[in-house]
Amino acid sequence: MGAMVSLVAVLVLILIAYVGVKVLSLQALFGVFIPYLAVLTFFVGFILRILKWARVPVPFHIPTTCGQQKSLPWIHYSRIESPAGTWGVVVRMAMEVLLFRSLFRNLKTELHDGPKLAYGWEKWLWLGGFVFHWSFLIVLLRHLRFFTQPVPGFVKIMDAVDGFLQIGSPHLLMTGVTLLAAVTYLLIRRFYIPQVRYISLPADYFPLFLIFGIASTGILMRYFLKVDIIKVKELTLGLASLSPKVPDGIGAIFYVHIFLISTLFAYFPFSKLVHLGGVFLSPTRNLANNSRMKRHVNPWNYPVKVHTYEEYEEEFRDKMKMAGIPVEKDEPETAEADSEESEGKE
Amino acid sequence: MAKGAKTPKPEELSKIDYSPPKTRWMETPVEFKPGTFCYGARPKYLEEVDFPNPREWASADEDWKLPENWKEIVLEGMKDRLGKYRSFQLFMDICVRCGACADKCHFYIGSGDPKNMPVLRAELMRSVYRKYFTSGGKLLGKYAGARELTYEVFKEWWYYYYQCTECRRCSVFCPYGIDQAEITIMGRELFNLLGCNTDWIAGPVANCYHKGNHLGLEPHTIQSNIEMMCDDIEEITGIRIEPSFNRKGAEILFVTPSGDLFGLPGVYTCMGYLMLFHELGLDYTWSTYASEGGNFGFFTSNEMAKRLHYKIYAEAKRLGVKYIIGGECGHMWRLIHQYLDTWHGPADFMEVPRSPITGTVFENAKATKMVHVTEFTADLIRHGKLKLDPSRNDHLKITFHDSCNTSRGMGIFEEPRYIIQNVVNHFYEMPEDTIREKTFCCGSGSGLNAGENMELRMRGGFPRANAVRHVHEKYGVNMLANICAIDRAALPTLMQYWVPEVDVCGVHELVGNALVMTGETERTMDLRLEPLPGKEDTEEEDE
Amino acid sequence: MYDGGKIIIGLLIFLAFATFPFYSNIGKSVAKPEPSLDTPVIKALEKKECVESKDFMRRNHMQLLIEWRDSALRDAKRDYVNSKGKHFRISLQNTCMKCHSNKKKFCDECHGYAAVDPYCWDCHFVKEGGR
Repeated sequence: MGAMVSLVAVLVLILIAYVGVKVLSLQALFGVFIPYLAVLTFFVGFILRILKWARVPVPFHIPTTCGQQKSLPWIHYSRIESPAGTWGVVVRMAMEVLLFRSLFRNLKTELHDGPKLAYGWEKWLWLGGFVFHWSFLIVLLRHLRFFTQPVPGFVKIMDAVDGFLQIGSPHLLMTGVTLLAAVTYLLIRRFYIPQVRYISLPADYFPLFLIFGIASTGILMRYFLKVDIIKVKELTLGLASLSPKVPDGIGAIFYVHIFLISTLFAYFPFSKLVHLGGVFLSPTRNLANNSRMKRHVNPWNYPVKVHTYEEYEEEFRDKMKMAGIPVEKDEPETAEADSEESEGKE
Repeated sequence: MAKGAKTPKPEELSKIDYSPPKTRWMETPVEFKPGTFCYGARPKYLEEVDFPNPREWASADEDWKLPENWKEIVLEGMKDRLGKYRSFQLFMDICVRCGACADKCHFYIGSGDPKNMPVLRAELMRSVYRKYFTSGGKLLGKYAGARELTYEVFKEWWYYYYQCTECRRCSVFCPYGIDQAEITIMGRELFNLLGCNTDWIAGPVANCYHKGNHLGLEPHTIQSNIEMMCDDIEEITGIRIEPSFNRKGAEILFVTPSGDLFGLPGVYTCMGYLMLFHELGLDYTWSTYASEGGNFGFFTSNEMAKRLHYKIYAEAKRLGVKYIIGGECGHMWRLIHQYLDTWHGPADFMEVPRSPITGTVFENAKATKMVHVTEFTADLIRHGKLKLDPSRNDHLKITFHDSCNTSRGMGIFEEPRYIIQNVVNHFYEMPEDTIREKTFCCGSGSGLNAGENMELRMRGGFPRANAVRHVHEKYGVNMLANICAIDRAALPTLMQYWVPEVDVCGVHELVGNALVMTGETERTMDLRLEPLPGKEDTEEEDE
Repeated sequence: MYDGGKIIIGLLIFLAFATFPFYSNIGKSVAKPEPSLDTPVIKALEKKECVESKDFMRRNHMQLLIEWRDSALRDAKRDYVNSKGKHFRISLQNTCMKCHSNKKKFCDECHGYAAVDPYCWDCHFVKEGGR
């Protein structure tokens, strides 16, 4: 169900853009107004989302320690998996964000006869995710050539490296293909693995179909349907320099492409895609394992009702005395009023 | 009631079907299977700690006798916690349902129930979060993966959040570090707003609050229990140990889970501590007030956990000790390592711990002022301060079980291993994917070590037991060492069920066996009063 | 613990990168490229027509040129018949560049704008006079 709903949603989006441009000639709407609105939604939404998280404190120091703690000097500790200081955390986070370290740990648990559990090699999800995210990032950065003039050198270099196979003209850019392949893999595993299929929501299929649509319209446009790239850049550069113009005669495929991208941008802050920012804030990863060395302060730490020693001794004094356990008040019961503290400190 | 639920035989239980049901999970109602859930908390326990809605109820009942406005209370409670715990808010928002966590959970591996996949266990709550706290969920309903909070859903939460041991194994594999333990903890906080604790957790909490420890041991009982251990030690070594209780002016306060004071094989571990500290001539004291290192309050609510762990620092202050050594315990150490100082610190009335024997300053504990006993002992061995005869453990082939909390919430891996390698001659590791940060839970942690949920415990412990079975078959391992009182209480049952040839011990029991004490008579028995190899009675000798 | 400072800094770094296209274009007005047809040969043409229509060439010249290359070099076929049945000799140097002898003002005008770096001139030679 989730998959169908999402697929239909993306097809409808494609149709909207196509009809909007082909039939209704709403080039300005799809080429300027909607992209602006989408980018604005993205920035405002994303910032608000991060600030929403930032307003919530991290009351306790809860890193997931994936290696030996720093304790005795002669015990080799795991500087990255169980970092004791800021630099270790920085490296840990960098490995998490750039290399998907935790996902790389993935295993496949299998139950064999016996019964015997076995833990097998399973890096496909890591590979798929890794290729997907890096391809996407490179594709995104390559697109800077449409939004800058002169185009920065690193973008040209990326383009050259990405196209170094020199297949065809315009030359084939590998990351476009790998992005499409990876997104296809991520989609297929959602259908194919029963457990993953069981947990998948429309919100999981939708971005995959959407990105599939974005990548495939991009590839179609570059290699097959062809648009006048100079006119496209006039439009995109106009967007970036805030002096939008809509040149005539850009093919509908371009408007479909940019409409799907606009959808992705606008959808981003309200979806699971905010993991882009969230991963940096994850308290199980971004804290050093040093909570016995350095006190972590909980801003809402409030006094709680406790059972004090005085109350305890009051109840068990006789038994303690009989057992020879020292007590605070050794004299027999007096009517003296205790100044009992029943609140903890702070 | 689930009373008398029969636990299936291992052969039956290990036939696990991992294929998800035909019906979608939101449309699959929760079914309380006897043997997989705990009894509801009795009112007296809740009353003792001023918890809301104390009443007679049973978790298998249709009617849980919730207050009229239960839904409001839950949603208010969620809102409150979303604003207090970044982990909770974040983990509600960023999961992409990649499924990497799915087959990492011991309860999923042992049950095949898809709602035990951490991702889906979390979705049980996320779906409600979306409905009431996100615009997408309010607008699109089930198309956004949102659903109403109903009585049924609330029970489903309860059922599955007491099928999670807060072991954090999922969080090791999650690309964003999403920790189901954090969500389970929040879930259980919400249950406790409505008086829906389990009896097995509520009882120890009430005990610990008033009597100082989970088992409800009163001061004289603690003393006499320890004295009985000293009797046994005298029988084994000829040395009389006279430990002190609630003694002011001692250098060190020793706190251990009360499981070590009562019940087997915990007391053997405790005997190990007693012998070690005596041999060192350590200036330390026990406390009958702070007589619990563990904290079942943590399985109830953050506030309750804080209320219970108050005693440790309070007692250290009252007695005027310089620092605290903590015994072998799992969740106790997660809390001491990651929570205690935040709750009750700064502990500036104590000094940075320094071993009086080796002079080692425990810089890693300079704020909390609490040293793990295996850190303390490993340091002693490293400095050659202990005379050890590992051959006294030659009848044992040891493997070491890393406890969830000390592994993934602390990172203490090498200290216990170093000790074991110095006190035994036969040590074998379980397969790499089942130890250290990837260790498997005993299946009974976080207050699930009751009797009425035995099937669940055996299922949850299956992956751990399976790895033990592997080293048992390969190397003849017959003893499972660990540094956790819950493990010592729960693993014997688990071993009995899956690998009956293997017994369970604490690391300091092994230390106690190997420790050559000054003036001891020749040892013929181990701490279990069983004959040492080669020292059997004459009649047994010729077999 | 909020770590608000760190979060704000992180957010600012993100924004600095993400809004680069906008602020890098502030105040700039980039003239759109105007490839020049001002060469003696084109001027002399009676009917100013390329091998295919202008629109087709704008979109597809890169593909046409690579097909021409393959045809000339791999199949030794140097005859191209266009959509109107007209014959052309397949040669970058002698057909294309005969008219478009102004590489700089014609080819590079758009290629520079679109940041495209075709490898035609890795092999082909540009007559000095054409520049």
